Amino acid sequence: MPSHYRETGPEADETAFIRVENQEEVNMKKSVILGALAVAGLAAGAAHAATVDDIKARGKLNCGVTTGLVGFAAPDAAGEWMGFDVGVCRAVAAAVLDDPTAVEFVPTTGKTRFTALASGEIDMLARNTTWTFSRDVDLKFTFVGVNYYDGQGFMVPRELGVSSAKDLDGATVCIQTGTTTELNLADFFRSNNISYEPVPIETNAEAQQQYLAGACDVFTTDASGLAATRATFEAPDDHVLLPEIISKEPLGPLVRHGDDEWGDIVRWTLNALITAEELGVTSANIGDMAAAAGNNPEVNRLLGTEGNLGEMLGLPADWAVKAISVAGNYGELFEKNIGENTPIGLARGLNAQWTDGGLIYSPPFR
Amino acid sequence: MTTLTDPPKESFRLSMLIYDTRYRSMTIQVVAMMGFMLLAAWLINNTLTNLATLGKPIDFGFFSEPASYDINQRLLEYDSRDSHLRASFVGLLNTLVVAVLGCITATVVGVLVGVLRLSPNWLVARLMTIYVEMFRNVPVLLWIVLVMAVLIESLPAPRAFRGEDPAATMSFFDSVAVTNRGVYVPEPLFSRSLGDISVFGEASLRFNISLDLILILIVLGASIFAIRWNSKRANAIQEATGDRPTTWHVNLGLLVVPTAVVLVALGFHLGYPALKGFNFQGGTHMRNSLIALWLALSLYTAAFIAEIVRGGILAISKGQTEAAGALGLRPNRIMSLVVLPQALRVIIPPLISNYLNLTKNSSLAIAVGYMDITGTLGGITMNQTGRELECVLLLMLVYLSISLLISAVMNWYNNKVKLVER
Ligand SMILES: N[C@@H](CCC(=O)N[C@@H](CS)C(=O)NCC(=O)O)C(=O)O
Repeated sequence: MPSHYRETGPEADETAFIRVENQEEVNMKKSVILGALAVAGLAAGAAHAATVDDIKARGKLNCGVTTGLVGFAAPDAAGEWMGFDVGVCRAVAAAVLDDPTAVEFVPTTGKTRFTALASGEIDMLARNTTWTFSRDVDLKFTFVGVNYYDGQGFMVPRELGVSSAKDLDGATVCIQTGTTTELNLADFFRSNNISYEPVPIETNAEAQQQYLAGACDVFTTDASGLAATRATFEAPDDHVLLPEIISKEPLGPLVRHGDDEWGDIVRWTLNALITAEELGVTSANIGDMAAAAGNNPEVNRLLGTEGNLGEMLGLPADWAVKAISVAGNYGELFEKNIGENTPIGLARGLNAQWTDGGLIYSPPFR
Repeated sequence: MTTLTDPPKESFRLSMLIYDTRYRSMTIQVVAMMGFMLLAAWLINNTLTNLATLGKPIDFGFFSEPASYDINQRLLEYDSRDSHLRASFVGLLNTLVVAVLGCITATVVGVLVGVLRLSPNWLVARLMTIYVEMFRNVPVLLWIVLVMAVLIESLPAPRAFRGEDPAATMSFFDSVAVTNRGVYVPEPLFSRSLGDISVFGEASLRFNISLDLILILIVLGASIFAIRWNSKRANAIQEATGDRPTTWHVNLGLLVVPTAVVLVALGFHLGYPALKGFNFQGGTHMRNSLIALWLALSLYTAAFIAEIVRGGILAISKGQTEAAGALGLRPNRIMSLVVLPQALRVIIPPLISNYLNLTKNSSLAIAVGYMDITGTLGGITMNQTGRELECVLLLMLVYLSISLLISAVMNWYNNKVKLVER
């Protein structure tokens, strides 16, 4: 497939090409190096082909997630992927394919996630990924929104008696490579004029092992990730999170640049979950509310009982109903996976609805 | 009456390119070559256009941007404000360190195991066989990860050394600390140091060379030269008179005295590691990532080298051993004087490829967080800048250069060994 095939006119031709290309993508190894070399062999169209058609033809959404971070994305005992980020993937699958289980979860590390997305191996990435300027502009990804406002924190064993990150001079710090974490860390220690010894690690599980064995004094990553990691420890109370939050980490789902239609679908699915919470649409009452148009026009537009928002997206009128029905609205997803009644125990804080003083805010459905 | 005439001189026709066997193979080669070049050109062109449409044309400009990340093991001064190029350079040195250490250890262990595998002692020979089969048949990545896990889980953390009645203590008269973050050993220090000279000023590739080290190396070199000369003189006397003067005490003196004088003059002393704050400070820190990688790579490669050595030894006919034995040589001298020197010719060529393998396998370093060139240039730099193609191409170039360098050195050595043949 030479690089100029984008110029081919008729619809039919285009889908044919997409299929061929897909086949190749499936065969493609996950390795970063192959990803890089794939640019040589594959045609450039990946970013321009209609991702939705692709997903519909395949019957499955390929969603990139973590290699395992309980609460956000991790397989449960039955091998079923569960979590807050997984919830976003499933909602999108429900909206597009009418089947929340039609998702192929692709575990990615901090290092492999962007290559996986850029090469088309995954359709979207929902992996605690921070929205930064260079990832958006230079790596060419579209962040469709923020599903968790976070910041980088530090965890230390209680027995060390450390109460502030500024006391960490000379400490050995475990970090995941390929993250914003390692950059923030270098800046933080530098600007506070203290030294540290970085231990770069690929996955959260390995970091946890080294930290628990005392091979590093400190584990640093997004505060939510720390809470989630600590919750899996045998004795979570033996570890403290230091008060400093040293960065802004707005985490959200992202897609490739170049296919705005697909970006819109993911963006507005996330917004639908958020708006549903704001408007009081829950998994319990959505059946009734979607049955017929009610008094609130925005609820009606959201649930497709009025207007044609779904059609504008190229989806059925009840796309949002399907997305919300999977596991409830944003608030329900939060409470069930990472909220205060889970072992992870995160408070809503910044992630409360704007009406409750938080930052979670969806543009209007109209 | 000569009826024989020259065959009529046939003029060249185009069809001969195909039908004439003299030209046919040439034609095929030219066509194949052109096809190959077309394919390469298409690939390259496609890559460039694709990258351009992605908005990422090939551009090495990012190399001069600040790397913004820290590296734990650095042989050069480096901090997060230095450029990506310098970070890659630091990584390259780390690759070379583990490659050199690994090749040396693998050779020593490999030769030993290879020889012992042929030992008449049943138990020793069997143990060596088990070693070889175990290491050769398990992927090296698993060994690396296993060694690392053992180091982390079985050794004490630095905080175990703390307190009134610590759970762990330092070994070798309190000079070495073995922890699960690595081994801290005393470091050489000079109180009257000559300082460093820096090369390349402010460039990314700048580095410092210790004048103390240079001085010591020069003195050592001179000593060795003098020892050679002394031994040559002894040989000459032996050939002339039949009596060999005792040389060892002069040689020992030549070796030790000048170096000792220089060391004293420079104020040589050892800096001992001591627990301060979170970690041991002072001394040289050999991180467990280095130890794990080094051990696993050497033991793995040593298993292959052992087989090569064994093969080389078996290739020397038994008659040689028997003849040497008849001359009254003891078995270990037979091995070192008669068999091994001849076996070297068989051993060296495959040895080269094992050195190359070890070096290339060192790119698995990131599995234990060792920051080699794959971890810096091909890892964090690539990931943070998104310049996959540039980084991978450079990485390939670097490994290619290292490999070619090793091959060149080893081939030179091989030729030297070969010349001894009579
Ligand atoms: N938000 C940061 C860090 C992301 C990150 O690596 N998070 C960790 C912990 S919060 C994670 O998801 N680990 C799971 C894994 O190793 O797969 C980024 O985008 O660079």
